[in-house]
Amino acid sequence: MTALAQLPTSSGEPAAAPIVRRGRYKLLPYLLLLPGAAWLLVFFALPLLQLAAASLYDPSGSLSTGYAMTWAFGNYPDALQAYWPHFVRSFAYSAIALVLALLMGYPLAYAIAQKAGRWKNLLLVAVVAPMFTSFLVRTLAWKTILSDNGWLVGLLRDVHLLGPDGRLLATPVAVVLGLTYNFLPFLVLPLYASLERLDYRLLEAANDLYASPLRAFQKVTLPLSMPGLIAGTLLFFIPATGDYINAELLGTPNQYMIGNVIDSAFLVRLDYPQGAALSFLLMAAILAIVFVYLRKAGTEEVL
Amino acid sequence: MGHETPAGDLRLANLTKRFGVFTAVDDLSLTIPQGSFFALLGASGCGKTTTLRMIAGLEQPTGGQVLLGDRDIAGLRPYKRPVNTVFQSYALFPHLDIHENVAFGLRRRGIRQVTDQVERMLALVQLEGYGRRKPAQLSGGQQQRVALARALINQPQVLLLDEPLGALDLKLRRQMQIELKRIQTEVGITFVHVTHDQEEAMTMADTVAVMNAGRIEQLGAPAELYEYPATAFVANFLGQSNLLAGDAGGHSGGDVLVAAHGSRFSVPAGRARVDRGPVFLGVRPEKLHLVGGPDQVPAGHQHVGGVVSDASYVGVSTQYLVRTAWGSELSVFAANSGVGGQLAVGATVTAHWDPRHAFVLPRESGADDQTAPLLDEPPVGVAS
Ligand SMILES: Nc1ncnc2c1ncn2[C@@H]1O[C@H](COP(=O)(O)OP(=O)(O)OP(=O)(O)O)[C@@H](O)[C@H]1O
Ligand SMILES: [Mg+2]
Repeated sequence: MTALAQLPTSSGEPAAAPIVRRGRYKLLPYLLLLPGAAWLLVFFALPLLQLAAASLYDPSGSLSTGYAMTWAFGNYPDALQAYWPHFVRSFAYSAIALVLALLMGYPLAYAIAQKAGRWKNLLLVAVVAPMFTSFLVRTLAWKTILSDNGWLVGLLRDVHLLGPDGRLLATPVAVVLGLTYNFLPFLVLPLYASLERLDYRLLEAANDLYASPLRAFQKVTLPLSMPGLIAGTLLFFIPATGDYINAELLGTPNQYMIGNVIDSAFLVRLDYPQGAALSFLLMAAILAIVFVYLRKAGTEEVL
Repeated sequence: MGHETPAGDLRLANLTKRFGVFTAVDDLSLTIPQGSFFALLGASGCGKTTTLRMIAGLEQPTGGQVLLGDRDIAGLRPYKRPVNTVFQSYALFPHLDIHENVAFGLRRRGIRQVTDQVERMLALVQLEGYGRRKPAQLSGGQQQRVALARALINQPQVLLLDEPLGALDLKLRRQMQIELKRIQTEVGITFVHVTHDQEEAMTMADTVAVMNAGRIEQLGAPAELYEYPATAFVANFLGQSNLLAGDAGGHSGGDVLVAAHGSRFSVPAGRARVDRGPVFLGVRPEKLHLVGGPDQVPAGHQHVGGVVSDASYVGVSTQYLVRTAWGSELSVFAANSGVGGQLAVGATVTAHWDPRHAFVLPRESGADDQTAPLLDEPPVGVAS
């Protein structure tokens, strides 16, 4: 940009002109930021503030009688005390789902990026295609697949992987599978993007320097795919932890995650202070985990 | 260090590589003695890199064998071969710093104490103090030296170098050549060295092979290839040659007679690849000498007449073009030794040579003189 600004301008411009121009180009990035920043302010920062305020309202208020701001910090420990099992369950389910998704997603992304040849684009479309239908519809389809009279349960019962009364639906397994399935593309796409850029000649060099294929993966492929891996796990883990649709449709109240509790606090029990406090607790927990994770994974590209 | 594998010569036997219908390496057979310096020369795309890749195990041959000693290593995975490569594209690991790049091979073989060796290697390629940088923070020539260090540190049985000095300036290249040669002789590594720099090939190698379209055209000691090339391709790829189209007419005493452009020439039989049929009579430009007229030609020398059509002074020598009566141009290098003055363009001259410096090559009938200097191939001995 400075190079552009230093180009001689057309005839007649005074010598001082480039300095003026440079000043304008310096402002340009901020001007470009403006629409996005305004959007964030109106639709993210202000609602967040409102939510923060709501989390400190007097818990004895209600929608009909109105809420009083009493700086009720006690809402937080109260909410945590009442619903900590749901927090633990949320993180446990999405962590297990993440592991399953990594086991499936990494080989998948690798195969598409490095081995698929002319099938690459088709396979990418196949990864994204489910997103063309609604999240809800896809989860309802899983409900059918996992249903007690469905072919899958029938098959598992026949091979005695499930007992005669065993079921999949309404179990933690169903919820975890639903999470895994629904958020898999968010993991695969960023992973694909960084594996796609991997130069196979680096693997040849590693092989030439006494690295077995496994070692070459560990020392070259994996580190070079780290940015995609980090982005993908975050894009998977964050929404999966806050999700409530899978637990709602594929599980029972015994499998409810923190998202379900927040959902009911706002929409069923109409307990706004508690819903807001739970939301902030979830946000804080996720931020803490992400921060620790990025510290550990420690790539310059992300931080 | 070193490997437990039985030492021995590197032998390629009928090595062939096809990509689809295209034959990149065509039935290549050669033996590279253990500890020798072998240079592979050839035009771009003639199959040099493909040959190296088959030796390294990165390319599966379509046919033939790669033997190290009496062991066929063609089936061995690359990481099991006592062979390392300096890649034409460097292929440095972008996520590792220079120190770790160089240490990579040692670490994979379970060597823990690498710092001293790495430091020594970096000093050797004149990159002390660069250990903590990433490859992207180095210049092209510096990256190339890292690639060299990364392969060299392993002291493999065979080191494959794919234009390892191409990005370096002349002075640094000469220094690296000396270092490479020193290491090669000291440690006894077999070097297979691909280069476009003929002078590099000639000064460093024990054996030079000139490759053309997937085949070896000629293989031998550098002086042998230069003084007595086997084909017109070699004669013009390695240095320059004046090739006069003629016809050989058999022996006369110890000589082969060649009729060309209305004159008769003779060449010692030991310097003729064929003695009948269409031939090229070849003389190197520096083996031609210019005098004022036929009467000044020394006894026993042969000569053609012409007119100086161009003279370019290049310091150590002057390069003349002499237009012959039949229209071809001969290239003549005259050393600026202070004996004899400069000739002006337009001067009538006689070019003469000692028949023992000429050579006779087979010619495809119909091929004409190849005497004009090749503009893109600088002559040996002149800085490229
Ligand atoms: N994977 C491949 N698929 C198809 N053709 C190939 C492949 N690799 C190389 N070739 C072809 O084989 C021929 C030899 O290639 P190679 O890389 O060995 O050339 P080279 O002698 O190293 O050339 P340069 O001096 O330019 O590096 C070329 O014509 C090239 O196009
Ligand atoms: Mg090459």
